[in-house]
Amino acid sequence: MNKSGIVDIELWQLIAAYAYVIVLLVIVRIMGIKREKIIVVSSIRMTLQLIIAGYVLIYLFNHPSFGFLLLLFLLMEGFAINNTFTRVKVPLNRELKKIIAYSLCGGTTISLMYFLLVVIGGNTWSDPRYFIPIAGMLIGNSMTGISLGINRLIDSMRTERDRIEGALMLGATPKMASKDSVNKAFDASILPTINSMLGMGIVFLPGMMTGQILSGTSPLIAIKYQIAIMLGILGSVAFTVLIFVHRAYKVFFNKEAQLLLPEETDTKK
Amino acid sequence: MESPDNEKPVFTLKEVKFNDILYIKELTIAEKKTTAMVGKSGSGKTTLLKLLNKLISPDSGTIYYRDTPLETIDSVALRREVVMMPQTPVIFEGNIRENLLIGLKFSEKKLSPDGRLMSVLQAVGLDKKLDEPAHLLSGGEKQRLALARLMLMVPRVWLLDEPSSALDKETEDEVMKKIMDFGKRNGSTIIFVTHSTPMAEKYAEEIIEIENGEIVSIKQNQHE
Repeated sequence: MNKSGIVDIELWQLIAAYAYVIVLLVIVRIMGIKREKIIVVSSIRMTLQLIIAGYVLIYLFNHPSFGFLLLLFLLMEGFAINNTFTRVKVPLNRELKKIIAYSLCGGTTISLMYFLLVVIGGNTWSDPRYFIPIAGMLIGNSMTGISLGINRLIDSMRTERDRIEGALMLGATPKMASKDSVNKAFDASILPTINSMLGMGIVFLPGMMTGQILSGTSPLIAIKYQIAIMLGILGSVAFTVLIFVHRAYKVFFNKEAQLLLPEETDTKK
Repeated sequence: MESPDNEKPVFTLKEVKFNDILYIKELTIAEKKTTAMVGKSGSGKTTLLKLLNKLISPDSGTIYYRDTPLETIDSVALRREVVMMPQTPVIFEGNIRENLLIGLKFSEKKLSPDGRLMSVLQAVGLDKKLDEPAHLLSGGEKQRLALARLMLMVPRVWLLDEPSSALDKETEDEVMKKIMDFGKRNGSTIIFVTHSTPMAEKYAEEIIEIENGEIVSIKQNQHE
């Protein structure tokens, strides 16, 4: 235990945590579930990423610089955009990639600024201690949300082709004709966040709150932070996806309000 | 001398080509008349209807709608006047009422009261309640629901792709007659696609026969 009363995890204790994963690997192998490689790779990748993140955070906390903070924020956005591209099951054309990039940047920046300037308030908005973790949570969740939304939108625009064309035949605008698909994409995006909010405090204690409590913060303060961050995440995911779907459905139509074939969508300029 | 109003062309096609599916050198479809397009499956009939509804555009050539080239007309505005019903009727989520009203909603027209909805259902011989879920209807019932939806919209031009393909002979006769009478009463132009020559001869004033994407004959039909 250190001076602040927090149990510091020693190296051997950390090794014990890895031993737990080794037990898991043995069980997975015995059961014939061929997932050993992904478990090992993800454990190693997580370790390296967190070690690097830890040192970067220590440096930033000791040498606060707005320029460096901004650079880190842009890197996080860039990583999230790229990760979104790789998570989508179908090839994305340039137009859709552009829409994903500005939806993610727009939705998360608006939410982050609101959260830091209004909810947290004061002069702490550019304090790396607040800025980085909050930006990380908003960007990470928005990335997951928009990935689900894109997959659902593309899937729905293809499987619901007859219905969309049927609506166009009756005089619907592309916006009206794709309304159902857009709504489904929005639902798919925010569902994980909504489910997480519904189970929070009953089924599980969220990670951020658990972390704060373990580090000695009063549960009441931790809860207030958790409530605020969850609402921030909900807003960020919703904003990101709303910006996305508002623009993205148009990619599936040409200027004559005709529904494009999937291969035409892939090549549409 | 100007030709009578009902002889004016609603559509004129000149040198229209679409992929390797359709090539029409010249075609005129008269306004306020009933025109049937007959031909085997895959002959290009549905493609022609889609071109008239501007759901697809020709690779070359020009289609005129009431003397105006189609490419200069706003697609959505055109489709609110020239409404198409596909062969497999499209049923939207919701009940029968919502499915009937959706055409009016899409075309931003005034919604009809329940009494009017019931009368169009009756006209197509569909004895159902407005609150019943539409997805539970049979194929033939869905087709009749789609026709009733068009009746509510009272379009200037009806484009019907095999409008009675899921109906039995008796219902087909009953429904087709109602639709044709309704169209005539409202001064509409009806263009329908069918693979059945007897049906074309029974209801159409003009029959256009299409084979391998080209028009092989156009004949005026003297029906009752």
